[in-house]
Amino acid sequence: MYISVQPEDFDIADVMNQLCAKRKDIGAVVTFSGLVRDQSSTQNLITLELEHYPGMTEKALESIAQKAMQKWDIQDLAIIHRVGKLKPAENIVLVITISAHRKDAFDACSFLMDYLKTQAPFWKKETTVDGESWVASRKSDELAAKSWDE
Amino acid sequence: MFDVLYFASLREQLSTEKEQIEQVQDVSTVASLKALLIARGGVWKEAFEGSIPLLVSINQQMATDDAAIQDGDEIAFFPPVTGG
Repeated sequence: MYISVQPEDFDIADVMNQLCAKRKDIGAVVTFSGLVRDQSSTQNLITLELEHYPGMTEKALESIAQKAMQKWDIQDLAIIHRVGKLKPAENIVLVITISAHRKDAFDACSFLMDYLKTQAPFWKKETTVDGESWVASRKSDELAAKSWDE
Repeated sequence: MFDVLYFASLREQLSTEKEQIEQVQDVSTVASLKALLIARGGVWKEAFEGSIPLLVSINQQMATDDAAIQDGDEIAFFPPVTGG
């Protein structure tokens, strides 16, 4: 498992190649990448700042990753989440799951994102030309994460 | 002694990132620690009794209000998370 919380950008192809290197048992690779989206009401986002809880963030991601490895037949995974000040359209998060078959890779990737959104201690703050505001959590994210428990 | 941390909008609202709180006898759960903070009044009361339910972690693990806390624990309060 490769887990990283970092200010630096990532290269999706590099991470994918590293996960699959020297393996012949992989038939499916699912990648999800999240980008900084301008969701401000005035559509004039300047920066999105990601705050996190150093120490706990890594532990939370590790725990979510372990859950996915146990629940699905996946061979390996990567989670990279950026922190600090990001600009619109920049990469913010990457999840890659690799498996023999696509179903497990798809489901595990979806689970990882749903869980990450409600369990990992990250907070987004938007700066627009009008000032700063914290992004509110979404009920739909909470419900998506809960749906995996059923 | 507890290390108590605050994050994101809560940190800003309280103008406090981290503090140490002396352990007193009746503070043995998250709920009782919250009561101690609420008793400070002002922004503390507003934040901990506000409409946004705060999350709590003990030693960097998600926890609930009824969880026990003990000397040396790192307790963090924060608003709902918004990563991803």
